[in-house]
Amino acid sequence: MPLPPPPLLDLYRLMLLARRLDERAWVLHRQGKIAFHISGIGQEAAQVGAAFALQRGKDWFAPYYRDLALMLALGLTPLEFVLGLMGKQGEPSSGARQMPSHWSLRRANVVSHSSPVATQAPHAAGLGLAIRLRGGDAVVLTTIGEGSTSQGEWYEAVNWAATHKLPVIFLVENNVYAISVRQNQQMAVEHVAEKAAGLGLPGVIVDGLDAVASYRAVGEAAERARRGEGPTVIEAKVARMTPHSSDDDDRSYRPRDEVEAMKARDPLALFRQRLLAEKVLSEAQDAGLQEEVKGVIEAAVAEAEAAPYPPAEDAAYPVYVEDVRRG
Amino acid sequence: MGEITLIEGLRQAMDEELARDDRVFIVGEDVGPRGGVFRATLGLFDKYGPQRVIDSPLAELSIVGVGIGAALYGLRPICEIQFADFIHPAFNQIVSEAAKMCYRSNGEWTVPLVIRAPYGGGIGGGLYHSQSLEAFFTHVPGLKVVIPSNPHDAKGLLKAAVRDPNPVIFLEPKKGYRLIRGEVPEGGDLLVPIGPAQLSRPGADLSVFAYGMMHHYVLQAAEIVAAEGIQAEVIDLRTLLPIDKAAILSSVRKTGKALIVHEDNRTGGYGAEIAALLSDEAFTDLDAPVRRLAGPDVPAVPFSHPMQDWFMPNTEKIAAAIRELAAY
Ligand SMILES: Cc1ncc(C[n+]2csc(CCOP(=O)(O)OP(=O)(O)O)c2C)c(N)n1
Ligand SMILES: [Mg+2]
Repeated sequence: MPLPPPPLLDLYRLMLLARRLDERAWVLHRQGKIAFHISGIGQEAAQVGAAFALQRGKDWFAPYYRDLALMLALGLTPLEFVLGLMGKQGEPSSGARQMPSHWSLRRANVVSHSSPVATQAPHAAGLGLAIRLRGGDAVVLTTIGEGSTSQGEWYEAVNWAATHKLPVIFLVENNVYAISVRQNQQMAVEHVAEKAAGLGLPGVIVDGLDAVASYRAVGEAAERARRGEGPTVIEAKVARMTPHSSDDDDRSYRPRDEVEAMKARDPLALFRQRLLAEKVLSEAQDAGLQEEVKGVIEAAVAEAEAAPYPPAEDAAYPVYVEDVRRG
Repeated sequence: MGEITLIEGLRQAMDEELARDDRVFIVGEDVGPRGGVFRATLGLFDKYGPQRVIDSPLAELSIVGVGIGAALYGLRPICEIQFADFIHPAFNQIVSEAAKMCYRSNGEWTVPLVIRAPYGGGIGGGLYHSQSLEAFFTHVPGLKVVIPSNPHDAKGLLKAAVRDPNPVIFLEPKKGYRLIRGEVPEGGDLLVPIGPAQLSRPGADLSVFAYGMMHHYVLQAAEIVAAEGIQAEVIDLRTLLPIDKAAILSSVRKTGKALIVHEDNRTGGYGAEIAALLSDEAFTDLDAPVRRLAGPDVPAVPFSHPMQDWFMPNTEKIAAAIRELAAY
């Protein structure tokens, strides 16, 4: 089945929603209303492209913390995200046990990940193995930062998936930095995708500032996986347009002109210009979308602020499956 | 009833669970045509095929990590770690991932996974084929830790572990694989519940707590001291996490004295937890200090025989410790 043409307006709307929500999180942090935020600004295009290239409800996901746009595309609501930022009751990934942006969403086949980087990669291989054993043509997408591909966990997972030809897409969101450490201190190759050659699977480089390019690359890798031809490493060249997290100040390690140059290539602005130029989007339509997104976010923030915290006693459960309280 | 070895009990358990539930599969190094280096999975590859009995790459963290992924999907993996000594590369996946998955997802995701690992010394395996490392895992809420001491329990506990919805660390006394024989009912569906300890020899004078290979030696020692008039009560703990507090406390309330035997080294070992439990909840019942007979605090078991023997608790050392405590 050839990949349908990219749903440009949907891609744009989700990039916009992710960006404004992410910006709102930074404001909440400055206001002292949340303790922590880790941002996906500059990486939205790669993420929404990937999400729309896959079959939501059927395919499986093992994401990492910068994937707000991916998660929104998979059906996480802005309210659910803000509940997580605030550690409020009803937060769906962990019942507010984990820090914000530690995703899990059972209804969307998003498995839970932790803070130690790269731990999700073998889970993706295992999901791929299970799909293989049970039959069906679902695929698994797992994401990671370029720095975290230094972990043995990532190599073991990719090696396993390649050896067993498992239906897994290893999407590396390369924003050049791992906190303060640049890529050239992290690996000897110029492109993460080159690592794939040594493990016996294709490695594809894609412009991660372009949602359509990401959509096509992930779509092709998914088709390959569904045909039983095995996994693909995709390296999306993205930008980390913020400090590592709300606890970081990047001025000590990041040249300012680099930050300025990056802002001039903001993936959201580029996509907007492109859609306007191609007359897929009109100025009036865009203004309407901006208003809509703003309204959704303000409502989510208000509702989350009014929501209760979980009762302290909830911290005792559920250590074992026997402790899970249903209903 | 038929008498079988401990490893045959394990093999039967896996055979029966593979036959019963098509979500069950085995993954590990050399588990396929060779049947594992100890041959615990012998014949299973031929019977169930390469989809159910999978030779993995030589990489423990991903044996466990891939198992976790498959378990998240709803399968029931049995991961074999060739020797417990080689489980450390998988520590992150066990402790950060499997153990915390249920809690961290508020019960949305669970990891029904069994990790089998042969443990223990006295087999000339040197530092890296001899370790007992249960205490690393009994410290981790979210895991269950099980160690059988005989063929019956090996079979029944492993079958229960495969059906348990939580991650289970299943440590197998490899020295006892072929040495320990016992009666196991033929046919039927033998299940030994995870949790309860087993009173394996009643006695009035003191309580001895052990598991795995040490339990085997404790029974021998109890027989020796019985001839001298000391009635040792022996408790096979079988499940270390969760701990069977009631069984431990009720025995010590009766005897007033407790000896814990394990080959894992002493400091921070599982015996310390039992000693702490007794001090918390049975202080007034105690007639003597709680004693531990454990491996010495050296990094691991040395290879050369005299040094290995120096390290390992054995029947004579246990009998001596029982006599000393009985005389207190
Ligand atoms: C195993 C582990 N070591 C260290 C950290 C702390 N840490 C969190 S994110 C990070 C950098 C990750 O960089 P990269 O993989 O490039 O992803 P990015 O944050 O740039 O998207 C570090 C060192 C961690 N979370 N886990
Ligand atoms: Mg990075």
